[in-house]
Amino acid sequence: MPFVDAETISRRNYDVIVVGSGAGGGQMAYTLSMSGARVLMLEAGRNYDPATETAMFQTPDMAPLRGTSTPEKPFGFYDATVDGGWQVPGEPYVQTSKEPGGRFDWWRARMLGGRTNHWGRISLRNGPYDFKPHSRDGLGFDWPISYEDMAPYYDKVEMLVGIYGSNEGLENTPDSPAGCLLPPPKPIVSDLLVQKHTAKLGFPTIACHRAVLTQPLDWKNSPAKLHPGNAAAQDIIARDMRKRSPCFWATPCGQGCSIRANYQSTTVHLPPALETGKLDIVTDAMVAEVTLAKDGRASGVRFVDRHSGKSLQASARVVVLAASACETVRILLNSKSAQFPQGLANSSGKVGKYLMDTVGSDLGGQIPLLENLPPHNEDGVSGLHMYVPWWGYKAQKAGKLGFARGYHIEFNGGRRMPQFHTAAGLEWLTGGSYGAKFKEDARRYYGSMIYFAGRGEMIPNEHSYCEIDPQVKDKWGIPVLRFHWQFSEHETRQAAHMQKTFAELIESMGGRVQKPPETDGAKAIAPGGSIIHEVGGALMGDDPRRSVVNKWCQAWDVKNLFLADGAPFPSNADKNPTLTIMANAWRVADHILDRMQRKEL
Amino acid sequence: MDRRTSLRWMLTAATTLPLGRLGLAAAPDGATEAKPYGSDPKLIDAYHPGELWPLTLTPEQRKLAALLSDTIIPADAMSPAASAVGVVDFIDEWISAPYALQRADRRLVLDGFAWFDAEAKRRYSKAPAALATEQLHAICDDICYLPKAKPDLHAAAKFFARYRDLTAGGFYTTPQGREDLRYVGNKPLPKFDGPPVEVLKKVGLA
Repeated sequence: MPFVDAETISRRNYDVIVVGSGAGGGQMAYTLSMSGARVLMLEAGRNYDPATETAMFQTPDMAPLRGTSTPEKPFGFYDATVDGGWQVPGEPYVQTSKEPGGRFDWWRARMLGGRTNHWGRISLRNGPYDFKPHSRDGLGFDWPISYEDMAPYYDKVEMLVGIYGSNEGLENTPDSPAGCLLPPPKPIVSDLLVQKHTAKLGFPTIACHRAVLTQPLDWKNSPAKLHPGNAAAQDIIARDMRKRSPCFWATPCGQGCSIRANYQSTTVHLPPALETGKLDIVTDAMVAEVTLAKDGRASGVRFVDRHSGKSLQASARVVVLAASACETVRILLNSKSAQFPQGLANSSGKVGKYLMDTVGSDLGGQIPLLENLPPHNEDGVSGLHMYVPWWGYKAQKAGKLGFARGYHIEFNGGRRMPQFHTAAGLEWLTGGSYGAKFKEDARRYYGSMIYFAGRGEMIPNEHSYCEIDPQVKDKWGIPVLRFHWQFSEHETRQAAHMQKTFAELIESMGGRVQKPPETDGAKAIAPGGSIIHEVGGALMGDDPRRSVVNKWCQAWDVKNLFLADGAPFPSNADKNPTLTIMANAWRVADHILDRMQRKEL
Repeated sequence: MDRRTSLRWMLTAATTLPLGRLGLAAAPDGATEAKPYGSDPKLIDAYHPGELWPLTLTPEQRKLAALLSDTIIPADAMSPAASAVGVVDFIDEWISAPYALQRADRRLVLDGFAWFDAEAKRRYSKAPAALATEQLHAICDDICYLPKAKPDLHAAAKFFARYRDLTAGGFYTTPQGREDLRYVGNKPLPKFDGPPVEVLKKVGLA
């Protein structure tokens, strides 16, 4: 009886409560339950079954408004996310500025699996530099751990989840040991063209790393490496790995994957965790606060059952928050008591501080070489086959760039499933054709566009943070967050550099840019929160006065309270955060298990 | 045609106001019973225009919509005309939808229709449907490309650009539109081989 109702759990004993069911919560619940711990997972959103709810082969003509985005489905009708987006009905938040440079838009997914139902599946390891950024350039914060501490967990997550990619031996772009990565998909023609021209400009284009099975997982060898000495866990995961189908080279990952070829928490972490019989999940359980026992330890959580509106309690020996960086911050700040009047784990006053997103900027171009190509199937794995890792370490060190941290380039081209926008806005190429000429033009330009997007590191700053709004509450009566946001010149200059680079690339390929590259970085940069890589807000560190949690993501102030999402990240490397959230959650879970075994928790 | 629409069309025909000023005067008569589909719609169902919210174009407006859509995407050897594959239904669904973007398009499109009707009568003393092809094209030629449109036709050119996008968006998302572009994906494959040699040769990569 793994999915239980809110009333049942009061009659059961749990070792660990995990708040949140996404990448961090999913990995935490998996690691704990596979080792025999009794886990209760609380998810604020509804239950979600990828096997029966996923619209894999549906085409835009079957959807309202041809599947285009609306405020209710901001990534289009068929995006697997339900009850999610930058606005969630009944769950407001407050922005102190509506200006593009001062706003933070908070994306949430209220459903089982959280944002893992939506993400781009890009799974890059942080490199050694990314754990020690302050030591390198004096900005931001170092992590209290190094790449070597995280590497074994990257290995495990890659083997478990299934990540394709290649080893290239590039600076701060780690290779994986043999047996970790799946082979990358073959490049499409626009990938090869970009690769040729980035080489001309002096930087590399290599296989991307994404969480999609390009072949079956190694169910014979990986289980023993994932769970050494744990035969029961090995058996469960070996069987589960065999149930996952590799990619069949069709349908967009973002629509979800009912054959379980890509990673969603609901298709990869939760099935084997449930199979252990040690995991109970309650959905529609909106956690409001962490509750305290008399001795100052966390006793459990108080949550609102969204069906009945009732306020209920759950208790366990250990509480892990993995609710997404900002929601975790919100829970901590709302957990006020006589002992912790500023919110829980906040003796440093740092809860909510140093929020980060990823620096984003994009530019598209039309490439005549790619016009009128013979029809061929370019669906591939639907997301990136290749990408450009950051190449400017030496120029940066020499002080030549005017910004301190790097970015990678994501790009996509190809003869993709025609969408509403495919033949829209072509006037800049056609001079306004209509009639028979327009139909010819649409054929000619289809598949000849390449879109470049930069994804760069934001350095944490004092002006980007969240706090509890003194007035506004959500529909459950829980006080909401108020956001403050500001980019520094390190970010805006980086965004301008992205624009310049993309324009150079497009022109090098003989193409035309869709619009002139934006030279003003403040205009080129996407608003805070729009890349949906929110991390920070409860940083890990070595000093209890300046950080919220220690290197095990254990609250300095509350011994049995841990964090397992992006909140403890002291920096936000250009590498998309999900893989690191998972690796860190596994690392923290191992520590919790170890301490529980030693009766320290 | 309801009374408010016919009144506006008559006014338009009588005065041939520039579209910008007319837009201010035009009531956004999209005050329908339409409700948004919510944050948790059923994704695996197939939807048809008119199911989630009522369609609102009048028969006369639909006739003009078809005329303009088929002027933008006529039938040729590769594929049918836009109206033959449901594009008018799609445009009706779009401009009847309860979202801000679509509501703005509704004003643009309905005012554009009114302008087009008035312009046909002003130039040729004919309803648009009665225009000869050259006459129809003469009007379209003046508004098909905003950078080259005369200042007093800018609003009409903006309408035409958006209407072309709506028509193309509706058309190329149909099975016939996908076939026209020779999209061959969305089919499970046993393996993915990357581009054929002839493609690489054409691009100078083989």
